[in-house]
Order: sequence, then C-alpha cells, then structure tokens
Amino acid sequence: MSGIKVELKKKDADTIKEICASFDNKQDDLINVLHKVQQSFGYLPAEIQEVVANELNIPLAQVYGVVTFYSFFTMVPKGRHPISICTGTACYVRGAENVLSEFKKELKIEVGQTTADGRFSISCLRCVGACGLAPVVMVGDKTYGRVSPEMVKDIIKEYEDQ
Amino acid sequence: MEKVKLTIDQKAVEVPKGTTILKAARTVGIEIPTLCYMHLEDLNIEHKPGGCRVCVVEVQGRKNLAPSCATEVSEGMIVNTHSIRVLNARKTVLELILSDHPKDCLICPKSGNCELQDLAIKMGIREIPYQDIAEMSTYRTDFSPAIIRDMNKCIMCRRCETMCNEFQTVGALSAINRGFMSVVAPAFEMDLEDSVCTYCGQCVAVCPTGALTEVDHTNRLIRDLANPAKTVIVQTAPAVRAALGEMFDLEPGTLVTGKMVAALRRLGFKYVFDTDFAADLTILEEGSELLDRLTRHLNGDKSVKLPILTSCCPGWVNFFESQFTDLLDIPSTARSPQQMFGSIAKTYFADKIDVKREDLIVVSIMPCLAKKYECTRDEFKVNGNPDVDYSISTRELGNLIKQANIDFHSLPDEEFDLPLGESTGAGVIFGATGGVIEAAVRTAYELFTKKTLDSVDFNELRGMDGIREATIDFAGTPINIGIAHGLGRARKLLEDIRNGKSHYHAIEIMACPGGCIGGGGQPLHHGNFEILKKRMEAIYREDQNKPIRKSHENPYIIKLYEEFLGKPLSDKSHKLLHTHYVDKRKKIIYI
Repeated sequence: MSGIKVELKKKDADTIKEICASFDNKQDDLINVLHKVQQSFGYLPAEIQEVVANELNIPLAQVYGVVTFYSFFTMVPKGRHPISICTGTACYVRGAENVLSEFKKELKIEVGQTTADGRFSISCLRCVGACGLAPVVMVGDKTYGRVSPEMVKDIIKEYEDQ
Repeated sequence: MEKVKLTIDQKAVEVPKGTTILKAARTVGIEIPTLCYMHLEDLNIEHKPGGCRVCVVEVQGRKNLAPSCATEVSEGMIVNTHSIRVLNARKTVLELILSDHPKDCLICPKSGNCELQDLAIKMGIREIPYQDIAEMSTYRTDFSPAIIRDMNKCIMCRRCETMCNEFQTVGALSAINRGFMSVVAPAFEMDLEDSVCTYCGQCVAVCPTGALTEVDHTNRLIRDLANPAKTVIVQTAPAVRAALGEMFDLEPGTLVTGKMVAALRRLGFKYVFDTDFAADLTILEEGSELLDRLTRHLNGDKSVKLPILTSCCPGWVNFFESQFTDLLDIPSTARSPQQMFGSIAKTYFADKIDVKREDLIVVSIMPCLAKKYECTRDEFKVNGNPDVDYSISTRELGNLIKQANIDFHSLPDEEFDLPLGESTGAGVIFGATGGVIEAAVRTAYELFTKKTLDSVDFNELRGMDGIREATIDFAGTPINIGIAHGLGRARKLLEDIRNGKSHYHAIEIMACPGGCIGGGGQPLHHGNFEILKKRMEAIYREDQNKPIRKSHENPYIIKLYEEFLGKPLSDKSHKLLHTHYVDKRKKIIYI
C-alpha cells in the first residue's frame, strides 16, 4: 500500500453506496456487500473499505478484520491475466508445487501479488474438478492440464503481448 | 427459576438453568483457572470467546473436554475439574501459548501483574517443550503518546476488542488475519495514533499480558528530579488520592491525600500542588460559559447551541473529535483541569517564583492514560514548550514510591503547597461520574440566582447508573442535566443531540466506568465495581470534609482573577484557559 490516501472518484463512491443500499445498509450483510463490491472493483483497497464502513456504520477496523480473515477478499488488484495454480491433493502429488515455484521465479512475484506491469497475478486454489488433468493451471478462464515446470515459460509467453 | 442439579469434583451443586460450569463451580468454592474469559458484572459484559481452552474440564460421558466458561450445566452432569486428563490438557494448552510468547518476563512492564505469568506459576511450568519449533511473531511495536502495543505478547484473548467495541464503541481495535497470523490491531494495521483510538486505556486495564501497556515516564521523572537546573513541580488529580492506597495494600476507598503529598515531597518535588485547584478554575470558566449560553438561550437567542458538553475528559474529547465531528461547536471550550493547571503554572506561578518557563517542569499524576496524550497536543505548547511536560499514572506513582524506599504507611499527613494547592470540595468531586456537573451546578446556581444554596449536596446527580438525568430548579428556571460515563453511553446522548431529540441544557461525559476513579491509569480493579464504589465514596467523603465546597469561594482562585486573569471568559482567560477542537478524521492516513 502507498503512503498516500487515494481519493475515490465520486462515481465509484456512489457505486459502493448503491451496493450497500441494496442490502439496506445492514451490518449483518457486510460479507455480502464486500463480495459485490469486490466483483465491481476487482479488489478492496483501504479507501473502498472506508466507504463500506461508513455506510454500514461498522468500525473500519472490523471491516478490515473481515477482509483479512477471508482469503477470497483481496486488497491487491489482480493482474489482467490472473494465474491460478491448483494445489488440491491430486495436483499437489503430481507436482503442482514445482509448477508454482516456476511461475513465481519467472514472474518474480509471490502468491497473492501482481506484477508491476499489472499483467499477471498468482493465486492458489484447491481443486477445479479436473483431477484427471493434474496438475492444473488456470489463466483467466483458460485451463491448462498436465502442466510441467518446463511449460511455464510458454504459457506466460501466450499472454505477453496482451 | 428452573434449577439444575449436578456434581462438580464430588460436590453437589444446584444452580439456575443456563449457568455455566465455571460459575456453578464458583458457587461451591472451586476456582477453575481462566485466561481469555472476563466478566465485568456491573458493566454487563461477559466475554467468553472460549478461545484459550485453559478452563477445560472433564464431563462424564462427553468425548471431548469442555471449556467451562462457555458450557452450560445440565441435570445430573458429573464434572471433574482436576482429573489427570484435565491437568495434562491445561498444561499443554499453556505450553503451546508460551511456546511463541517472548521470554523476557524479567523486564516486561507487566511482570508481577501478568495473568499468563500467574498461570505458569500456578501450573508449575518448568519447561516449554515446543519452543524450538515454534515460530516467534515479529510484529513491530506500536508506540503512541499514551499506549504501547507489543503484539508479540498478544495471546488473542480479545478482551481489549470487547472493551473498545462493545463498551466504549470506539472501534479502534479488531481481530485481523487468521490462524497463526491473527492479531488484534487497528484498521490496516495503522499506528494507534492514526486510528480512532481515544487513549481511554480500558484495553490496557483488561489486557492479561504485556501486549498493551502505558507509556512509562518514570525514568524521565527521576532524571528531571535529579537535575539542579530544573524546578520540578507536581499536580495530582482528584481520583488518585482515592486509589493510590491500593498500591500499598490499603483497603479500596482509603483516602491517602496527606500521605500522597508527603511522598511526593520526599521524592523531591519542589512544590506539591493540586489539580483540584485547576478544577475550581475550570468551574469558573466552564460555569460562566454555561451561564452565558443559558442566559442568551432563555432570552431567545436562536444562535446559541445547547446542550453544553463538559470538556475535562481527554478520552471523551478524542472521541467526539474523531466520531462526532459535526458537533465540534457544542462542547465547552474550557481546557481540562490538567491543562489549566499547566497554563497557570508556567505563567502566573513561574513569574511569582521567578523561574523561566523552560526551567520549570510541570508533572501531573493522573488516573488516566489519555492525559499522557493530552499534554502533548500542540495547542497546549508555547514555542514548543508544553504547559504540562508529562503525565504519570497512579500505577506509575505507586511503583516509584516503592522504588524510592519510601514506607508509605508510616508517612505523616502533609498539606499541599500554596497557592496552586488550595481547593474546594467542588474540585475534589471531579474524580467521579456526575462530579463535574455537580461542581458546576453549585457555582452556576449561585451566580445565576444570586442566592446562596441551602445544601451543596446534589444527590440526584450522583451514582453508578450508566446514563443519569436530573432537573435542577434554578429558582424557577428548570435546568435539565444529563450524565454518562463510558463512551458507549455517551454515544447514545450524542446521537440524540444529532437527531435534535436532546432536551438537556448541559451534559457531563467521562470516558471511563465510574469516571476518573475507574480510569485506565488506576490500580487494576479487574471489573470489581465494589472497588469503584468505595473509591467514589472516598471522593465524596473528601468533599464533605472540606471547609469550602464551592469553586467560586476558593480564596486563591479569587486572588488569581484579581491579580492575573481579570474575570472569567476575559481575553486572558480565553488565551490561557480555553481551546478549540479539531476534526481528527482528516488525520487518518493509510499505510
């Protein structure tokens, strides 16, 4: 996070307020509100959480507590091509760990981070229901099966101009 | 009420349905150890997250051990609180908690008052088997002007979170992250100083370990007292004298005013003064402000804002500066007694004894942690030199007296120095909820009606109820007064004002339970309100014993106005004794 407070555009603040209003600004719906807001903005930076806290009349610290508790919520914007590596049991035993480290090495980022050019981000997930193809990697909506560390460079290359 | 019969450690117990095993055991004298559990009965707070598992017991027929704080009794239940299985589990739980806990007990500020340490002693822990493989936390220590957060010592009992959110409704602290990474922190792990924290210190008062402690100025004080180039003077808040004795095993409610003065003199303070003097001064300024607003209101001036809110409590000031920024023009502009004292000491008194402002060190003894912050505010400095140099808590003073080998019990009773040590009964009662407004009424009544009060005791303003109200008859003009202690209760009164529903002319707010007597810097009361009630009785006893009980009759206050200030709300008074409030929300930054 930067040291400067980013002001939200009025339009964006209004979108968040509308989402909160669609749940009648109910405190109990905090998680649902955060879901919707993340759907709209892709992530939940501090200034967005502040608007949600104000609208639902919940202390900002508690909103942040919920955002950091659930791994689904993220405060970092995902890349244009989000890479998800399955580390479910089947993929794991077939070498997902090595595939993951290859992605980290190639892109020079850790899990949960986004490359400086905003192109790629890495996350892990557990099982996409394609265990026969293990280890499985998803880039955006596209699925890659039986991925080996050697294939990683080529996969990244496919998206480099986009 | 339906009763339930059960057996605990072979003792027959009968308790109302819905009672927990922990409480049922207490009725027959069995004290099951707890750690995260906290019960503040009079505040109606029972904190039982069931997280630490120290209080587990064995219930016959149940596969797993049960946390006694969160398990209700049932008919015919057979409970064993000290079977070998229980003792082993309890020990293992403790060893796991200790495995990643810093081992610097010898130099920890909580040493000797730490509930985790007490448990380790009680359970006879002699080795910590898991520490070689345990990963130590490496949170940065967060230093604010009043409170230090050392989260490596946090055991996630989350008591602080309950006080901050449920009782005070401040919302500065919340549990964040999950699993091993979870910790209690302000939003975005920002510094406490940048958060909505009011420094009320109620989190520090309930923290079982050294995770939350106060900023300690003891060493700074020792150094200043030893410096011959400095004149070091002290002021003591009203609530300190009603609680300091507890640091020396005296009964709660023992008044130790004279011994406290004697101890301070022996520590080396050049002059021992009383914040109560400044409390009398506050009444003249705040009371005049109240009368001014009231008179204009009664004369139909629509621009007058009522109710007027007291402004003595720095935790409360921080609260409305960050959460009720639309109401910043309602509180009295009068500075708190601590700051009025500092301001007068470094002008009027410094001139009298011919000491330069920079060579005069003003120390305050306060029951409060927010006072440590208050005296650092820029509004209370002249060319960078603060009116009050620093504030130390009742607890710190108690420890310092012990450090200096002073036998507190054998000290004679001594008197405060003059002129800033003279006070009335009205100044003393500032230490208890309802006291500030009662003191104000004593003076405002007489100034408004030009009549003398038959009795200065306004019992309708006293007591421990969270929100109280009374109407005082100012010779035909009814004055509606509201009182709240605890910021959660204050919030209710403020929301009424915001919604135009408040019918009060004046409201007194104190941030801590019981007022300053239950402040965050006082000897720990562990939620026992009997102690607070005894401290409160002591405050009113001191008032009763004073020859003068109305602030405007304090001869040294009268003299101060004659020689120096002119009259209440004069230009000089405004410059030295009043302040303005800032919108603190603008300060929030993201890290």
